[in-house]
Amino acid sequence: MANVSLRNVRKTYPGGFEAIKGIDFEIGDGQFCVLVGPSGCGKSTLLRMVAGLETVTSGEVDIGGRVVNEIEPADRDIAMVFQNYALYPHMSVYNNMAYGLRNRGMPKPEIDTRVREAAQTLELAGMLDRKPRQLSGGQRQRVAMGRAIVRQPKVFLFDEPLSNLDAKLRVAMRVEIRKLQRRLKTTSIYVTHDQLEAMTLADILVVMNGGQVEQIGSPLDIYRKPATTFVASFIGAPPMNLIRLSGDEIRAQFAGDSRSAAETGILGVRPEDLAISSEATADGGITLNLTVEAIERVGAETFVYGTRARAEKAVSATPGELPEGEVIVRIPGQDAPAIGASIRATAPRDKLHLFSADGRNRIDI
Amino acid sequence: MEKTAVFKGKFLPYLLLVPQLVITLVFFYWPASQAVWQSFLREDAFGLNSEFIGLENYQALLAQPEYYKSMVTTLVFSSLVAALSLSIALLFATQADKNLKAAPTFKVMMIWPYAVAPAVAGVLWLFIFHPSLGTMARPLRLMGFNWNPMLNGNHAMALVVMAAVWKQIAYNFLFFLAGLQAIPRSVLEAGAIDGAGPYRRFWTITFPLLSPTTFFLLVVNVVYVFFDTFGIIDAVTGGGPAGATTTMVYKVYADGRLGGDLGGSAAQSVILMVIVIALTAIQFRYVERKVQY
Repeated sequence: MANVSLRNVRKTYPGGFEAIKGIDFEIGDGQFCVLVGPSGCGKSTLLRMVAGLETVTSGEVDIGGRVVNEIEPADRDIAMVFQNYALYPHMSVYNNMAYGLRNRGMPKPEIDTRVREAAQTLELAGMLDRKPRQLSGGQRQRVAMGRAIVRQPKVFLFDEPLSNLDAKLRVAMRVEIRKLQRRLKTTSIYVTHDQLEAMTLADILVVMNGGQVEQIGSPLDIYRKPATTFVASFIGAPPMNLIRLSGDEIRAQFAGDSRSAAETGILGVRPEDLAISSEATADGGITLNLTVEAIERVGAETFVYGTRARAEKAVSATPGELPEGEVIVRIPGQDAPAIGASIRATAPRDKLHLFSADGRNRIDI
Repeated sequence: MEKTAVFKGKFLPYLLLVPQLVITLVFFYWPASQAVWQSFLREDAFGLNSEFIGLENYQALLAQPEYYKSMVTTLVFSSLVAALSLSIALLFATQADKNLKAAPTFKVMMIWPYAVAPAVAGVLWLFIFHPSLGTMARPLRLMGFNWNPMLNGNHAMALVVMAAVWKQIAYNFLFFLAGLQAIPRSVLEAGAIDGAGPYRRFWTITFPLLSPTTFFLLVVNVVYVFFDTFGIIDAVTGGGPAGATTTMVYKVYADGRLGGDLGGSAAQSVILMVIVIALTAIQFRYVERKVQY
């Protein structure tokens, strides 16, 4: 049970590369914090700095009120689940879980109780004598979890623990991890590049990009009010549509509220907030005239990919990866317009987002 | 996972085996069978004719106290060389595996001794430790140590062990280093988080995971000390003084080439061959069970 605070944490590698460019945030006791971002954004490095596997160039890492910068990983009272599980291949499942307890000189009967309890929880009871290579991916994953929970540490650290599993198992384990963490109430930091995992697991979501924090908040707050175009296109699938507007267009679009003062900007609208409509909106929302390019039916919903007339220019923000001029509309059910058809997509005014021209700031009323 | 190739004809698989079989036949089975046959013969001193004498060569050999002495010498020599060269090489490899700036240079320098021929290595060490010429002999004597491998059997043994170990470290080092690098970093990191210090981490994680490499090197090193150290012994001590460094393989050479007793020498070869085969079989049978794959 502990808070984790990062104070102006930086990491510079000997070659001069700055991996972490000054990060500040605090995770409350028992909270589940998810670090999310594209590969190379520094999220794993940051986690490894909390674990003590990477040195901290400057700033402070604080676990439970104690600055741990110079403290060995073993003495930080943390447990970590690695992406490749990092099980000890020559030890049985039982010994994999007992190893950390033995190293700390815990009496044998207590080790036995804890290991068997964890094995019960994780449905590994029948497999304690097996070696890791005799287990399936999901079982290995659970052994890795078991190794972390028997220690009863102050903090759990997860480094993309589900990315080696197949899609179905990933969903199941995601739910398991959340339930387990709720029950144990152990402060957790979880690194992932999967925005769905990030949204569903997090109490606090930290969106990272290029070694910096883009936004911190509850998942829904971030979804509803992304602070930058990067966050807007990273959180939510498919990504938010971003359309670059001129000063005149902004004045026309946002007439009557303070946002109309902006000179230029980027308008954002989520695919799920757009609807196909026979007439233009009248309430100050947005109307987009599109030519249908492609259709994706996923069953419960359908994604319509359209391109807009030349006059309306779109921007694609990294890594939103929407090509210039392309707009996605997400509609329920399977009924979709034909490819090549001209359609009109509309969204109400309160579903529109506006960002500064460089995409770095959100402009609110 | 089992990998099997299925051939349609009967002919091709055998054809593919031929080169390997020919090499084994010509370079192992044929000379080995010649040695076995020779060990039942007695040749006259001029090599003009030979007669079949059955097991007499073996009987004569086993009645020789020198033969048992050479067995003991071999045991001492081979255990010293194998133990020292394996443990020193492992120590060096663990150091080179750390992320040090000088590591690449260190690795290259570690490998050089392997490129030196055994006899040359022997001469090198002989020069360093020669009682009257050697660069190390004088300081040793100044320190009050009466160093003389020409007269003192223990000194001579120490010298050949040093030379043999020095040469074999390079080879063992290479394999240990490759083995260490194959251990996933994250497993050791997990060990660090699990509260194992560097020493404990090494003995409970690194060393067990390295055991396939260690086992392989053990087999190779035993064969090395039994046979390939011949050149070193010949160059440094010539088996002396008073047979103190006459290992079994050196005795084969000394009795056969120098003593002209071809039959007795062949009998020794056969016994040596049986011992090495047995040792290797024991290693595979018992040691390999403990190996973690």
